[in-house]
Amino acid sequence: MRKVYLDNASTTSLLPEVREAMLPYLGELYGNPSCMHEWGDAAREGIENSREKLADLIDVDSEDLIFTASGTESNNFAIKGLAMAQQSKGKHIIVSAVEHFSVLNSAKTMEKWGYEVTVIPVDKFGVVDPDDVRKNLRKDTVLVSIIHASSEVGTIQPIRDIAKITRENNVVFHTDAVATVGTIPVSARDLGVDALSLAGNQFYGPKGSAALWVRKGIRIIPFLDGGVQEGGRRAGTENVPAIVGLGTAAEVAKANMGERATKLTTLRDRLLRELPSKIERAIVTGHPRNRLPGHASFCVEFIEGEAMIMLLSSQGVAVTSGSACTSRALKASHVLIAMGLTHAVAQGSLLLSLGIDNTGQDVDYVVEVLPPIVDRLRQMSPLYAKYLKKLKGV
Amino acid sequence: MPVYSDKVMDHFMHPRNVGEIADADGVGEVGNPVCGDMMSFYIKVKDDRLQDIKFKTFGCGAAIAVSSMVSEMAMGKTIEEAMKITPQSVADELEGLPKQKFHCSNLGAQALHKAIEDYLSKKQPVKQAGKSAKVTAAAKKTGPKTRTAAAKAMGGKE
Repeated sequence: MRKVYLDNASTTSLLPEVREAMLPYLGELYGNPSCMHEWGDAAREGIENSREKLADLIDVDSEDLIFTASGTESNNFAIKGLAMAQQSKGKHIIVSAVEHFSVLNSAKTMEKWGYEVTVIPVDKFGVVDPDDVRKNLRKDTVLVSIIHASSEVGTIQPIRDIAKITRENNVVFHTDAVATVGTIPVSARDLGVDALSLAGNQFYGPKGSAALWVRKGIRIIPFLDGGVQEGGRRAGTENVPAIVGLGTAAEVAKANMGERATKLTTLRDRLLRELPSKIERAIVTGHPRNRLPGHASFCVEFIEGEAMIMLLSSQGVAVTSGSACTSRALKASHVLIAMGLTHAVAQGSLLLSLGIDNTGQDVDYVVEVLPPIVDRLRQMSPLYAKYLKKLKGV
Repeated sequence: MPVYSDKVMDHFMHPRNVGEIADADGVGEVGNPVCGDMMSFYIKVKDDRLQDIKFKTFGCGAAIAVSSMVSEMAMGKTIEEAMKITPQSVADELEGLPKQKFHCSNLGAQALHKAIEDYLSKKQPVKQAGKSAKVTAAAKKTGPKTRTAAAKAMGGKE
């Protein structure tokens, strides 16, 4: 059976050259980077080379990068650390309704610590209006955090426009760029943000490799107290192999970005066009054009996402969904609901995220196997039966 | 490790008794799309036995497997026997359901019982009053018991 992995938004594969680069650090180069001997020097060199490569990818000073263990950690660190560092200025935070849980739930935690959180809405494509950010700024606003692109619907946000507003008002601006760094060109300098989260397993690096960039001069309260690793901002012995892998993934991403994006966009546009043409009442979610290159997301009406995932999986195709049943919390995707979709429609959420190994044949295969799966589930669905009766005017 | 047991997968991949019965003796509908699952059960009753059962389900893999299993468990049973099917007995027959799915997806027994109640309420009330009242009472009794069993299962085993 053909195997087609279309869940690159959850994690990408590990590039062979990334694995190769990591291997020595899982073997003979096992030293602790804090140590002042040959073993320590080698490990430290691995980390610092990686920092340079990553800095090059996102156009920042390498010394302002803090390596972390996940995008979630970077986001937690940014929201809590940046807000807490400015307590004397105020306790108001602005986030969007389509943030990742690691941002939303961090903001919720800050509410318990006496902060006030304003959640900015989005339009039907999932786009934040920069004016809404402006309108909600207050004297005591200390942090704005808006996701660069949602991994659920792929919509890319007008981060530069928002950054102009936060700069004019002297408010710290963080963006969760986990879905974009390594996938589309991201220059933190050009975006004008003050802090930015990224994760290696979104662009063919290892899991457990991530970073937070914080502009020089912006204060952040560390989570982990201990030694002076990462300039004292994140104590603890570094995950050297993961960091080395992250650097290599960044280097390759920078070199191949244009070529990768062109390929992914072609495949994505086929999915966005061909699936709705073959499946009635399947709507594209997210922005039709201004979206991540490999990202095709839909809501298929009258059926539920998990059932689709399971049947696709039985045909060798790996995808994901934002349906309530798929989530451990048993809640429909807050992103889809924020975009104004009903719970019933959001239940039919299906996300196909392409990667560099996917081919046109993979797209052919999905376009062939998905419509009969949808049909099979609809034949079982009381909602579809009701819809058909309504159409007939019964 | 797969989330679902082989039995759940079997009923999900090959659901039994999917469909509707145009001239059903009883119809039961539970759930709503907001919480994720919705089930409609249709029954034909002859001589106090469930002669035919069909269902339609909007929901996840577990919801579909549960509906299929309930239809199989109840087929040919007397009404009284069918009323004794509980979410726990369905989960047991399916060789277990994931903890978080137990409540939301395990609505099959409830949908079937609703269809039976619908059938009983439609029967000539005078002639069958005594009997249907008795069965309905039995059905009501199963309710809270069922919930306790479910609660126990939630706390106890996976």
